[in-house]
Amino acid sequence: MNAVTGSAAARCAPAWRAPLIVLAVGLVAWWVLPDQLGLVTRLAVTALLVLSLDLVVGIAGLATLGHAALFGAGAYAAGTFALRMHPDPLLGLAVGVGAGALLALASGAFLLRYSGFTFLMLTVAVAQIVLSLAQKGRDWTGGDDGLTGFTMAPLLGRFAFDMEGRTAALYAIAVLAAGLYLARRVVDSPFGLAVRGIHENRARMAALGTPVFARLLAMYTVAGALAGAAGALSAQTNAIVGMDSLSFALSAELLVMLILGGAGRLTGALIGALVFTLLHHTAASINPYHWLFIVGAALMVVVLLPPQKAWNWLRARMGATT
Amino acid sequence: MTAVLETRALDKRFGGLHVTRGVSLQLNAGDRLALIGPNGAGKTTFVNLVSGVLAPSAGQVMLAGEDVTRRTQAQRVRAGLARTFQITTLAPHLPVQRQVELALFEREGLTGRAWRSIDAYPLLAAEARALLGDFGLAAHAGLATERLAYGEQRLVEMALAIALRPRVLLLDEPMAGVPQGEGARLLAALAALPADLAVLIIEHDMDLVFRFARRIVVLAEGAVLADGTPDQIRRDPMVRAAYLGA
Amino acid sequence: MQTLLNIGIDGIAYGMVLFVIAVGLSVTLGLMRFVNLSHGAFAMIGGYAAALLTREAHWNFWLALPVAVLGTALIGALLEALVLRHLYKRSELEQVLFTIGLAFFLIALTNALAGPQVQLITLPPLLAQSVDLGFRTLPAQRLLVIAAGLLVAAGAAWTMARTRFGIWLRAAVDHADTASTLGIPIRTVQCASFAVGAALAGLGGVLGAELMPLEPYYALKYLVLVLVVVAVGGMGSIMGSLVAALSLGTIETASKYLASEWGSLFFFVAMAAMLALRPHGLLKR
Repeated sequence: MNAVTGSAAARCAPAWRAPLIVLAVGLVAWWVLPDQLGLVTRLAVTALLVLSLDLVVGIAGLATLGHAALFGAGAYAAGTFALRMHPDPLLGLAVGVGAGALLALASGAFLLRYSGFTFLMLTVAVAQIVLSLAQKGRDWTGGDDGLTGFTMAPLLGRFAFDMEGRTAALYAIAVLAAGLYLARRVVDSPFGLAVRGIHENRARMAALGTPVFARLLAMYTVAGALAGAAGALSAQTNAIVGMDSLSFALSAELLVMLILGGAGRLTGALIGALVFTLLHHTAASINPYHWLFIVGAALMVVVLLPPQKAWNWLRARMGATT
Repeated sequence: MTAVLETRALDKRFGGLHVTRGVSLQLNAGDRLALIGPNGAGKTTFVNLVSGVLAPSAGQVMLAGEDVTRRTQAQRVRAGLARTFQITTLAPHLPVQRQVELALFEREGLTGRAWRSIDAYPLLAAEARALLGDFGLAAHAGLATERLAYGEQRLVEMALAIALRPRVLLLDEPMAGVPQGEGARLLAALAALPADLAVLIIEHDMDLVFRFARRIVVLAEGAVLADGTPDQIRRDPMVRAAYLGA
Repeated sequence: MQTLLNIGIDGIAYGMVLFVIAVGLSVTLGLMRFVNLSHGAFAMIGGYAAALLTREAHWNFWLALPVAVLGTALIGALLEALVLRHLYKRSELEQVLFTIGLAFFLIALTNALAGPQVQLITLPPLLAQSVDLGFRTLPAQRLLVIAAGLLVAAGAAWTMARTRFGIWLRAAVDHADTASTLGIPIRTVQCASFAVGAALAGLGGVLGAELMPLEPYYALKYLVLVLVVVAVGGMGSIMGSLVAALSLGTIETASKYLASEWGSLFFFVAMAAMLALRPHGLLKR
């Protein structure tokens, strides 16, 4: 992004560029891999979810291990809506977005009063509380058996969700592109710049008159909306919602995907999600534990590389703008 | 005329430590006031109390006649109070130009806007560039602040405060840590501050103090020891004993 | 009434296990500022060692226990001296990433070496029976756990307050550079503290094997609970960890007995409340 010499700050890339690339790549994948559309859909959903995490971790600088709660809230809300109210996918998507945003707003109002390790642990607490509530409310959520029994109506009234997953994959890719566009615009706006400023130096932003708490809460809510969208997509394209969508393991995996893909630039989130979901998919089909060998070794190697080189590389990954 | 900044018996205790003892001070538009005193006298604490970083144990802070004692730091900034920090407090990875634009966005109340790109505000971008030019930083506009020389970072610190178009400016040791050669531009910037701005500066550099200030307040052990013109202060026996004599 | 007593005993026992495992993490986090998310793996290693020694090699439990604990200490010391010490200067995030990676790696390694099934520790007949305390009988195993926890707490407090090592440790934490110029062997202190923490975790893994089954995912599965205890108790506060572990352990046990369909809700609500009211730790200001 930036200048070694610098008589002007680099301009932001147009917001439509990255989403257009995503659409193009997605369409090519859809065309070229008709037997793997389930995987393509899962990639799109995971990418959207890690993207939402990037807003919280990479942009706002809030390390969280409870992001799965926002995803799960969207998933269960959309699934319940389809089951009990109306099977239209776009309405369900809106419900999922709303559920994620609402949970983020409510929990954020409490969580953002804290920072650092305390904040991190409280995000874990909130997520586990949501998980426990979901387990208790098994009449609504299906408990450990999961929420099932809903079938989605055709998308836009015309495109039915077919067995091969063609509609589902295109739907997921489209929502991902839209989400990326929204995220890009938000991050490159004065609001986004202020949040990035808060990330880098809270005291400085307070000295400029920024209402820090309000800005962070707003960004957290936007992230919740996108996570909820990912959840709704997951529910609708799989026709099932399980307890693992609220799990601590998922939150931790998302964080690892984001950091290794590069936090703070939005595109890194997509790359991290892509690479690691593919690796996971390949390794897991051989032996579930092999995946852990690979990612564990990768993490350790990445951190242990010669300090200068690793430091620059890692700093770039963590969103330094120079 | 109402003072643009006034503190009334401002008091602060940390447990048993009485750090600020009933400091009453008035600042009018256009004032150039230097706050001096030995280390530990409570100068930075005073600035923290005025700017809202700390809450007082007793006393009031008034901005243009309004009681802002209960207001947050951000609210006071919006009411016209700006400050710089003794230790440079900048967003390390943001380009300098973006930092200044951020101050301008904040001043104009635009940081709640989440759709239009930051590149779509040409007037503010131009103002930012002009301000950087005034401070001689135009050539570095695109660099991340952490890449600037320390003296230049202190200049950015000051530029950000000026960008907010405050009525009152609190400068906490602007020359602190600035190497010999880099001080000239800072001094020039100080001289070029708007005439109607009320400025309170904390400094240890006595040359700068006597050159810049039209009024000096001496703080010792948290209380005001003396308040007068530079000449009066120079001749005050109590001040000489407590501080200047050494 | 009987239920209440059961809850009390089981709760305290559970709390003691959490405490013993958490102590090492609290020390490294609070005193060495090192975020070690692979800490759960030490508990796992200790438990696995005891299980394999008693079940496969048919060792006596009372021999296997100290050997397992010492073995874990040795592994911890080696890990610290060879690898982890290079990370003390790195950022928190890097420490988190590395230690999560290490935990993942150890989970996969454990599975590769010992398979995915739960490991059982063969208890000696002494522990399998119940002890008659007069007002009621208790499983001997529970008594051992509680006694061990109390010993660890007392030992830790005494070490910190009375021994040279404890003073060294506190000095090394507050001012590492000054401490070394005063002749305090910083590296030894760091390595030894880490090793002791690992050993205690291993001990906890053995003591808690009934409540927290030993299988490859153990390293991360119970990490959350341990982190909670450290956070609520306050980083570096041994007594804080004890109080946090006992209160949270009892709440969790009570909810298992009385309201099991609510899962761990009360545990996390209590945790959030305690942390919200006392963000720096239960016993700190």
